[in-house]
Amino acid sequence: MALNSIHWFRKGLRLHDNPALREAVQGAATVRCVYFLDPWFAGSSNVGVNRWRFLLQCLEDLDANLRKLNSRLFVIRGQPANVFPRLFKEWKISRLTFEYDSEPFGKERDAAIKKLAMEAGVEVIVKISHTLYDLDKIIELNGGQPPLTYKRFQTLISRLDPPEMPVEMLTDTLMGRCVTPVSEDHGDKYGVPSLEELGFDTEGLPSAVWPGGETEALTRIERHLERKAWVANFERPRMNANSLLASPTGLSPYLRFGCLSCRLFYFKLTDLYRKVKKNSSPPLSLYGQLLWREFFYTAATNNPRFDKMEGNPICVRIPWDKNPEALAKWAEAKTGFPWIDAIMTQLRQEGWIHHLARHAVACFLTRGDLWISWEEGMKVFEELLLDADWSVNAGSWMWLSCSSFFQQFFHCYCPVGFGRRTDPNGDFIRRYLPVLRGFPAKFIYDPWNAPESVQAAAKCIIGVHYPKPMVHHAEASRLNIERMKQIYQQLSRYRGLGTRSENINLYGEEKPQSGKRVREGRLSERAVGLVEEDKGPRHEHNQRWCLSPRGRVGWKVSFKGGCGGRAGH
Amino acid sequence: MKRGRTGLKSQCQIFPSLGERAKRPKWMTPAQDWGNLPHHVVLQIFQHLSLVDRARASSVCRRWNDVFHTPDLWRRFEFELNQPATSYLRSTHPDLIQQIIKKHAQHLQYVSFKVDSCTESAEAACDILSQLVNCTIKTLGLISTARPSFMDVSQAHFVSALTVVFVNSKSLSSIRIDDTPVDDPSLKVLVANNSDTLKLLKMSSCPHVSPAGILCVADQCHGLRELALNYHLLSDELLLALSSEKHVHLEHLRIDVVSENPGQTHFHTIKRSSWEALIRHSPKVNIVMYFFLYEEEFEPFFCEETPVTHLYFGRAVSKMMLGRIGLNCPRLVELVVCANGIEPLDEELIRIAERCKSLTAIGLGECEVTCSGFVEFVKMCGGRLTQLSIMEEVLIPDSSYNMEQIHSEVSKHLGRMWFPDMMPTW
Repeated sequence: MALNSIHWFRKGLRLHDNPALREAVQGAATVRCVYFLDPWFAGSSNVGVNRWRFLLQCLEDLDANLRKLNSRLFVIRGQPANVFPRLFKEWKISRLTFEYDSEPFGKERDAAIKKLAMEAGVEVIVKISHTLYDLDKIIELNGGQPPLTYKRFQTLISRLDPPEMPVEMLTDTLMGRCVTPVSEDHGDKYGVPSLEELGFDTEGLPSAVWPGGETEALTRIERHLERKAWVANFERPRMNANSLLASPTGLSPYLRFGCLSCRLFYFKLTDLYRKVKKNSSPPLSLYGQLLWREFFYTAATNNPRFDKMEGNPICVRIPWDKNPEALAKWAEAKTGFPWIDAIMTQLRQEGWIHHLARHAVACFLTRGDLWISWEEGMKVFEELLLDADWSVNAGSWMWLSCSSFFQQFFHCYCPVGFGRRTDPNGDFIRRYLPVLRGFPAKFIYDPWNAPESVQAAAKCIIGVHYPKPMVHHAEASRLNIERMKQIYQQLSRYRGLGTRSENINLYGEEKPQSGKRVREGRLSERAVGLVEEDKGPRHEHNQRWCLSPRGRVGWKVSFKGGCGGRAGH
Repeated sequence: MKRGRTGLKSQCQIFPSLGERAKRPKWMTPAQDWGNLPHHVVLQIFQHLSLVDRARASSVCRRWNDVFHTPDLWRRFEFELNQPATSYLRSTHPDLIQQIIKKHAQHLQYVSFKVDSCTESAEAACDILSQLVNCTIKTLGLISTARPSFMDVSQAHFVSALTVVFVNSKSLSSIRIDDTPVDDPSLKVLVANNSDTLKLLKMSSCPHVSPAGILCVADQCHGLRELALNYHLLSDELLLALSSEKHVHLEHLRIDVVSENPGQTHFHTIKRSSWEALIRHSPKVNIVMYFFLYEEEFEPFFCEETPVTHLYFGRAVSKMMLGRIGLNCPRLVELVVCANGIEPLDEELIRIAERCKSLTAIGLGECEVTCSGFVEFVKMCGGRLTQLSIMEEVLIPDSSYNMEQIHSEVSKHLGRMWFPDMMPTW
């Protein structure tokens, strides 16, 4: 009986280093590569036009590359769980392949599909190629828990075997006898939709700064490596004004969608290093970008509530403010702080900002100035940022808001000073906020301090043509540092900076009785990485407290008329 | 929480004491008689339960309900006042609040109010405060968990609520009223009623208080051991009052120096002699200073020897200022610098290592230090540095050390494993 297979693209939108795709083709008579687009997804989802465009470009590129192999991409409208049974029958499928998705909802979805496939007698083959390592092995090596500090993660990584080599690109030879039946009306039925078809108004939409697709990704990686070799000795590049701009060698969106294989990147970096440094062993810091991504994937894979504060065992409960107005100002680049607004403008226009720019705006929204929940910031990034996937986005936001992983909350990014130190001339501001072009470098980061004459000369009156600053940074940061301190002081055994001088706690002279306070919201020290040191292979810390898993939903006890309860009063 | 198989309610009512055990049916063993647990046992168990669980337990039977209302369980309470529109957190149930005011006001000793950014929440806190007559409160904390909503309450309302507690408690020992509209007259009331017992007063960012107001507190409250205030309230007279013979040793003085716009605020200087008097009187005092200033506003500070122990710079601080600190802050224990710039701070750090012999903690962000300079610094401080929190970007590799070598070198000198702090580079 002929073996007909389906390869299911989700991420991993590439033909190179795609072991699952190779399995689909191996010994098969026919192969069809599918991608599912939920028809209602575009309209209601929290995904902006840049991300849709990038995705569609990836799909176009896949389709174009598959055509070279006499195949096509099948874009299917609908939900996988609904459509697969029909496809299994219609195409007489006996094998389904896809790349492993480590995210909790991905795992759930895939388990359901596996079940469907089994019922239909379809063999399922899953391969890991979106991450460098098998994340479950990392967790196993750490005693069943994901590492919660980057240092610990690096230690574990250094003990693993190196990542598996990337597999070859799919070629005619590899396809062998395998063909793809393509109908005349393939374009109508299974073609890649356009942005307009998905409901976007593309009039006046500037061209993509980050064009999607595997072809672009592979070009970029070559450029990236060339540039790296130029940078003497792989030194950490000094941050300057140019770093803030989108680079033709930037790779993060391509890694996220899987247009570029992380393993390919890893090995190319390793090869280049060995060539330039004459065969010495590369340090872990060489792979920084990849390892951070891996770190967050590992932290998230077994935690369905990774993107929430409530009920998330690794997230500190911080009494964030609910303030939709303030949030909107931040999201729409109307904070009155040019540094913040320029970054948010770049983000919305282009879909990518430098990682230090992310730190600046994340700090401003959360623990620095506005004291708004990181979950809100995460949602905005999800909409606008090309390389934001669930694990990395949520993890980064928790990190930057000091809600997890990172305990040094004292370090605050100043929305005026930080930008000024990075780009003293203010070119970045002028580029993305043309209304401020007329301001001299001296005042461009805090234009509200410019004398009226300067504002008039710049043809921009603060409060009229550009908003006044929405907070008093000094006062806000003073307040927020106090808040963070209060919260961290309540986490037992925290003895970090900023709290050491205070020996009298909230209740006057009485210190909390150790072990007896069962306050809601108490976290294990281990949970926020407070006491994680490199003590040894398996034991990070003995958990002393119970995590508060109950996630109280509210008062069920009535206090009406006296003490309540059955016994009466 | 287990329940006996039979209706405990009936058991409790029929068998209120151990002496009646004989009447119990044979199949019921003492172990099942939850309702007859001694009072102190139930009390101890309750002390381990969260408030919600305790409240649920209290509905089981009259005995447990009685235990729930034992005064000992109501010495300490934190009122949480939040509105769903402004906070993700729950509020203390209004019925519970009513109960506490009715039944337990006189038991309350350690009380705090946590309010969100809604004015309503702060007003609710004031309303509760106004009803706490007949209490012997020792500790009071008014805490805004987000925006300082107490500042939005009418000053009259706030002050009258606060003075209810000040007047009625008469044994207040610890008060936290940062970011509130407290004023001089209310401080006078505080002093008039609690001067013997007051030990801790935290009132950073209370704009309606004047230097004279706080001086009154220092003059009368000779037991004051901890004080937190803003720099504009600090005066030579205040330091001298805190150093008078009648005054106990001061343990902790926290000073916030905040400026909104450069050049707007003029900062007075404190005489060296006033500082010296304080240190003579209280040699072990911790002096904590938090600075949120523009770089050019630091002129008046650290020109002479200043006995500060914990220094925090929330915004940028200049190289020159860090140099002055090395020269003039011999008692320095902890130093945190949020930002400096792109000139290496090697010299300044080394001088601090030389002259600040008590330094045990340092945090650096957004600065630059060469790796060699940093190693030198660590060598000089040695094992006394228990907290070394340096952002990775701060360290500049040079000919002697690169990033890989720096951590082992520093670890060697510290006598423990050390890494710089990292931020995601994704």
